[in-house]
Amino acid sequence: MLEAIDVSKTFPGVRALDSVSLSVRPGEVHALVGENGAGKSTLIKVLTGVYRPDAGELRLAGERVRFATPQEAQRAGISTIYQEVNLVPLMSVARNLFLGREPRRRGLIDTVTMNRVAAETLRGYGITGDVRRPLGQLALGAQQMVALARAVMVDARVVIMDEPTSSLEPREVETLFGVIDDLRGKGIGIVYVSHRLDELYRICDHVTVLRDGRRVHSGPMQELPRLKLVALMIGRDVETVRSEGVTGFSEESQVADSTPVLKATGLRSRHKLHGVDVAVRPGEVVGLGGLLGAGRTETVRAIAGALPLDEGTVEVAGRPVRGSTGAAVKAGIAALPEDRKAEGIVPGLSVRENIALAVLPRMSRAGIVSEKRIDEIVTRFMERLRIKAAGPDQPVGELSGGNQQKVLLARLLATSPKVLLLDEPTRGIDVGAKAEVQSLVDELAGQGLGVVLVSSDAEELVEGADRVVVLRDGTVVAELTGDAVTADGLLGAIAAAAEKEVEK
Amino acid sequence: MTAATVEKPKRLTVHWGRWLPAYGVYVALAALVLVNAVITDNFLAWENLRIQLVQVAPVVIVALGMAVVIGTEGVDLSVGAVMALAAAVVPIYLGYGAVPAVAMALLGGVVVGLVNGGLIAGVGLQPIVATLALLVAGRGIALVISDGKLKEIRNADLVAFGNGELLGLPYSVWLAGALTVLVALLVRKTVFGRQLVAVGGNRPAAQLAGLPVRRVLIGVYVLSAVLASIAGVLAVARIQSSDASQVGQLYELSAITAVVVGGTPLTGGKVRVLGTVAGALLMQLVVATLIKHDLRSSIAEMVQAVIIVAAVYAARERGTR
Repeated sequence: MLEAIDVSKTFPGVRALDSVSLSVRPGEVHALVGENGAGKSTLIKVLTGVYRPDAGELRLAGERVRFATPQEAQRAGISTIYQEVNLVPLMSVARNLFLGREPRRRGLIDTVTMNRVAAETLRGYGITGDVRRPLGQLALGAQQMVALARAVMVDARVVIMDEPTSSLEPREVETLFGVIDDLRGKGIGIVYVSHRLDELYRICDHVTVLRDGRRVHSGPMQELPRLKLVALMIGRDVETVRSEGVTGFSEESQVADSTPVLKATGLRSRHKLHGVDVAVRPGEVVGLGGLLGAGRTETVRAIAGALPLDEGTVEVAGRPVRGSTGAAVKAGIAALPEDRKAEGIVPGLSVRENIALAVLPRMSRAGIVSEKRIDEIVTRFMERLRIKAAGPDQPVGELSGGNQQKVLLARLLATSPKVLLLDEPTRGIDVGAKAEVQSLVDELAGQGLGVVLVSSDAEELVEGADRVVVLRDGTVVAELTGDAVTADGLLGAIAAAAEKEVEK
Repeated sequence: MTAATVEKPKRLTVHWGRWLPAYGVYVALAALVLVNAVITDNFLAWENLRIQLVQVAPVVIVALGMAVVIGTEGVDLSVGAVMALAAAVVPIYLGYGAVPAVAMALLGGVVVGLVNGGLIAGVGLQPIVATLALLVAGRGIALVISDGKLKEIRNADLVAFGNGELLGLPYSVWLAGALTVLVALLVRKTVFGRQLVAVGGNRPAAQLAGLPVRRVLIGVYVLSAVLASIAGVLAVARIQSSDASQVGQLYELSAITAVVVGGTPLTGGKVRVLGTVAGALLMQLVVATLIKHDLRSSIAEMVQAVIIVAAVYAARERGTR
């Protein structure tokens, strides 16, 4: 259906794609995997007409095609679903679905027909609400479904999905997979990009692995063992991966019964938190478990001083912290936000400025910044975290997700924190960077930092954390310690909490 | 996922896209000077250049503050009104001498800056709304203070400040130059300067990183208002009279124009201090050129509009979206 043959693309200083080929057959779900910077995004952009290849060609249904603009690619039947939803939040769901090709009657939009067809169509995607509501009122996952429905409606021959499940809840993922099955049945080719291996093995027929701009493997999904796949992506041999484990977390360390470095007591905030207690001892990784909306992110934000509290105290090493982000940073709390783009990086500023952001006052005398001292910490952390960038002066917005995350971690570590709050530290980053971030968390805990870890990935949470505090509706419902810290234990605790709710 | 989501195609413009907004204004300025050297009589004569510099100096001073405000993703519409306020305050305290009078004028600027900053950082108003309020109120207060009357200025010190020269250039030009250097150093070398671009680049991120976001914002609006006050005092000293209804009229627009033409994006996160000065010079010379060739001022305005659109268009290509 869609073929890329020996495609190359070079950017100043980087060979992003080096004669890469990809062939998607009709009715096939084709996994495209690789680390950040492996060339996935570039390849997708070539396929969708955003970039033009320097060499090589594209073929659609056997015919050679050239796309000057993304619109041309779309007209030819290549639809793309991006990680972020790109629709108009204030317009109605139906309007969004039909944006640009609304049904008309006498020159005006035929709202009745539009709403009816929209409701029918979206039911197939598990969306049953009123289609006249603004799109922004839907949950993020539902918005993504609308985006998908929209992409499919445009007579797509090939649908490219870039991390479609990153903001979906498990139930929505199931719906998405159902839709993918339908598409497969209709003979539409699908390119599926994801970092979640479980999904790949469940849904994909064929896999192409990229590394450093080259294709290192292409073959049927089921014939490639999971361990081999990870090894291919990160360029390590299978034995190392096996001995080090897939997640990069080492075995739990034993934490002495020392005094907590972080103690949050009775955190309350209207509608969000109803009395959460969390204590973290030095060297301990405490996981926050629970479903979406249970108050994990809110707890972390409250501790970081970013969520105004009605009640409750936060203490670092026995000293109370006043409720502002500035005071929290000064007290030694460093927070990695859930949404890297919205609250983390300053995209227009360089890697260097981003790393130094929180420590400028410490790197200065009488208000004048010392460039030399900044250079020192920037060099140190770029090496230590192996940040891949053209140089310290490259804007952070140009880096891959994993490297942006490392820059943020460097910013946090530069403040020499006592407590690290990590909200979804590995979301949307590739397997290699994931393992690096995970082993870094281990290492930091080993050095005596207290870590609070939030992750929707149950495996990551239980492997990373020494102890898991389970939340529901803004309160602590269970705590898992020692041998109980397993994925089953976590799911059991969440399920038990949900049942209690039903009994009430 | 169709037209609305389309990303900008990156062609050969990648290189140009960065280069043009950063240095385009200098090229345009150089080109304009060259063209004028050929087609305009006496353009390169010292007297002409001197006049141009004298006229542009107050715009530069106001635009420096505007550039810093725009760097935080804000805008300060009150600068013209602040100039009028300074102009109204000066004659009242001139009886105590030039220095106290100027000090009071600058203090007035600090107060307006604090109000602006407080409304924006504290109350959470949008900069355009908050400073619009001060645009209206500021000139009103200035008219009340001055009783709506034009007052002549006879203080020798102040007149000397407005009209004296050093090495062939008026003090005002030296002052604008010195303030440019100071603001450039402030933006590049100080903690405050680094923090303000971060606040403009991504405010929630700056907040979460523990930056004193409110303090930075208030500081920025105070700086802008103080610079506007200086320009207001300068205007009074130069024309030797104070007319609160006239001083600083439409300066907010000239300042924003200089900043935008100079390559500072309205989306914040970047401040081009020298570009702003070049932008002010460019707009000044464009008008001067057209006037010297006997074109009507309405045509000059249209040419200015074209330049602004071109500058914003060039800036749009920049960045990684």
